[in-house]
Amino acid sequence: MATKAIVGEKVGMTQVWDDQHRAIPVTVLRVAPVRVVQVKTTESDGYSALQVTYGFRRVSTLTKPELGHFEKAGVDPGRRLVELRIDDTGDYEVGQELTAEAWNPGERVDAIAVSKGKGFAGGMKRHNFKGQGASHGTHKAHRVPGSIGACATPSRVFKGTRMAGRMGGHQVTALNLEVVSADPEREIVLIKGAVPGPRGAMVILRNSVKAPSKAAGAR
Amino acid sequence: MHPTEIIDRDSLREDVPDFRPGDTVKVHVRVVEGSRERVQVFQGVVIRRQGVGVRETFTVRKVSFGVGVERTFPVHSPTIAKMEVATFGDVRRAKLYYLRDLSGKAAKIKEKRSVRP
Repeated sequence: MATKAIVGEKVGMTQVWDDQHRAIPVTVLRVAPVRVVQVKTTESDGYSALQVTYGFRRVSTLTKPELGHFEKAGVDPGRRLVELRIDDTGDYEVGQELTAEAWNPGERVDAIAVSKGKGFAGGMKRHNFKGQGASHGTHKAHRVPGSIGACATPSRVFKGTRMAGRMGGHQVTALNLEVVSADPEREIVLIKGAVPGPRGAMVILRNSVKAPSKAAGAR
Repeated sequence: MHPTEIIDRDSLREDVPDFRPGDTVKVHVRVVEGSRERVQVFQGVVIRRQGVGVRETFTVRKVSFGVGVERTFPVHSPTIAKMEVATFGDVRRAKLYYLRDLSGKAAKIKEKRSVRP
């Protein structure tokens, strides 16, 4: 599991120049300081995590139980509560602020967010099916998935057969992305490459939990 | 304002001259050879300028030893050491792809005499 994590907001993508004058595609994340509301430990909760909040919210919009929860922690109410799973929560305490300062260029991170909803999508878009030819007699079947199984045996469609359906709008983790730069003053972290989700989406950053693949390591 | 402008501002150059398609420009390009860095001049006609912000690029065309050479640079690229506009061209379109089919005197672009404000 990760040893540190933080919540950010996706601002959008752009490019920056690296020291060899190459253009690097980056995702801009706004990482405002997040406040620890509750520290969960294996002993008391069965797992270790940090419950944090970010942004600000009027007290009048909170329910009384929520308000009580924030007041107990002595933390200003934020937009929502987010749990960050972390190995060891011993170094953290309630009321502590986590900022972009903890992240360094070159570090490998994972980004977790809810992907853009694509609605009801066909097999070509959803599962990268090939579809059928544009010509050579193809008739009204250019984007159909083709066969979904045999005939009288088994006389049913196997469970899990890839077909059209709802696509996107579910949690996606992008593994082993590289931090290009982190600027706590402007509350900004730049991540190389794309991060799931639309602009304005909440993104959880954590230091990467898996070793990069050999192909990625060769770069 | 584009949402990523706060980051883009750092990548933009302030010394970009005012130039348009049709202008003849001298682009001083930084070339790295091993550990040495030197500057090479690429002079030619701007045949296209596209994109906006950090992503804006332009293409310079020149004819070198009878062979047409086109190079595309990002306007704000740090590989450009310096850029000068040699002459202002008098052209009537934004993309001068027709120059590729012309050669010799026909490919010459009229110079704009009146100075651009």
